[in-house]
Amino acid sequence: MAKRSAPEVNAGSMADIAFLLLIFFLVTTTIETDSGLSRKLPPLDDSQQQDVIIKEKNIFQLQVNKNNDLLLKTGGEEKVIEIKDLRKAAVDFLDNGGGTGADACKNCQGRRSPKSSDNFDKAIVSLQNDRGAQYDVYIAIQNEILAAYNQIRNREFRKAYPNLDMSFVEADKKYSDPRTSSSEKEKLKEKLEAIKILVPQKFSEAEPKKSN
Amino acid sequence: MSKFKKKNGGELPAISTASLPDIVFMLLFFFMVATVMRQNTLMIDNKLPAADQVEKLDKKDLVMYIYAGKPSQRFESQYGTESRIQLNDKFADVSEIAAFIASERASKREELVPFLTTALKVDSKSNMGLVSDIKQELRKVNALKINYTTRKGDALAGLKK
Repeated sequence: MAKRSAPEVNAGSMADIAFLLLIFFLVTTTIETDSGLSRKLPPLDDSQQQDVIIKEKNIFQLQVNKNNDLLLKTGGEEKVIEIKDLRKAAVDFLDNGGGTGADACKNCQGRRSPKSSDNFDKAIVSLQNDRGAQYDVYIAIQNEILAAYNQIRNREFRKAYPNLDMSFVEADKKYSDPRTSSSEKEKLKEKLEAIKILVPQKFSEAEPKKSN
Repeated sequence: MSKFKKKNGGELPAISTASLPDIVFMLLFFFMVATVMRQNTLMIDNKLPAADQVEKLDKKDLVMYIYAGKPSQRFESQYGTESRIQLNDKFADVSEIAAFIASERASKREELVPFLTTALKVDSKSNMGLVSDIKQELRKVNALKINYTTRKGDALAGLKK
């Protein structure tokens, strides 16, 4: 008997099947990774309830009311400001460097007004919300404060490590990138920590109060 | 000469579609690899606020999600229009957050627990009262690493002022 070759399977519908699967995965895909503002909450610890005395000039106090208006109290002044002006105001405050003697700030490039903050380490930003304030206003304020800190950290990072040719934010991104080699990470971490100590983020959030 | 005889009819040969499945399979594999299935069905409106000083939240397995916002339209009659918290697939009360965090922690390997981050996916129109209640609860259970999940964009553009 003559050899009979096995009949060929018709692969014409293979494409249809693959398309079906493809469309299913297209629909269920969410490619983007989440991103956002990372913060650390203060621990709930009743044991260390000692009052710390902070000079008024070292506090940059922000209050948001239920109508989403922003009140800024600093250096003995109170004024309502727009969120778009907040970043500049915060940078001016942090960078002021009004301290003298032991509190003198050699890296600050601000006006050195005696009515504003002494140095990076002393400057504290405080935020208090009304319970009725809107979340996106809160995020915008957080964003602007973080931007002010990042602006100063970028500058200091470039000044401290000019041969790296990176800003603080870029270096931080590189540090958290899994593709960076671990030896490079070690080096970066050291530098990032140094800048974090030089320009600490002292950002306090008071518990929101209820408005009537 | 018959050697140079023209082929009868000048029509083009049909394009072979034999490699079409290969192409489609290639696309298919790309999407299969890149896919992250949605874990939770949202029962709330969740339009995130925008910010530009963002950090990426890598390592998805080390993130606990807390959603909050106004119940979406089909749940409005049942749950009202006040902002609510959603944990996993159902609406929850603020007091249930502690239990949620505990169960999430229990499901992870012990050495990874300190690295867990809580991502707050809160609708931009919610009020701060709810958010600070959540934060207070998180502080009670010592889940201090949080991330306000945002869209990338200009933070000031969306504000009505």
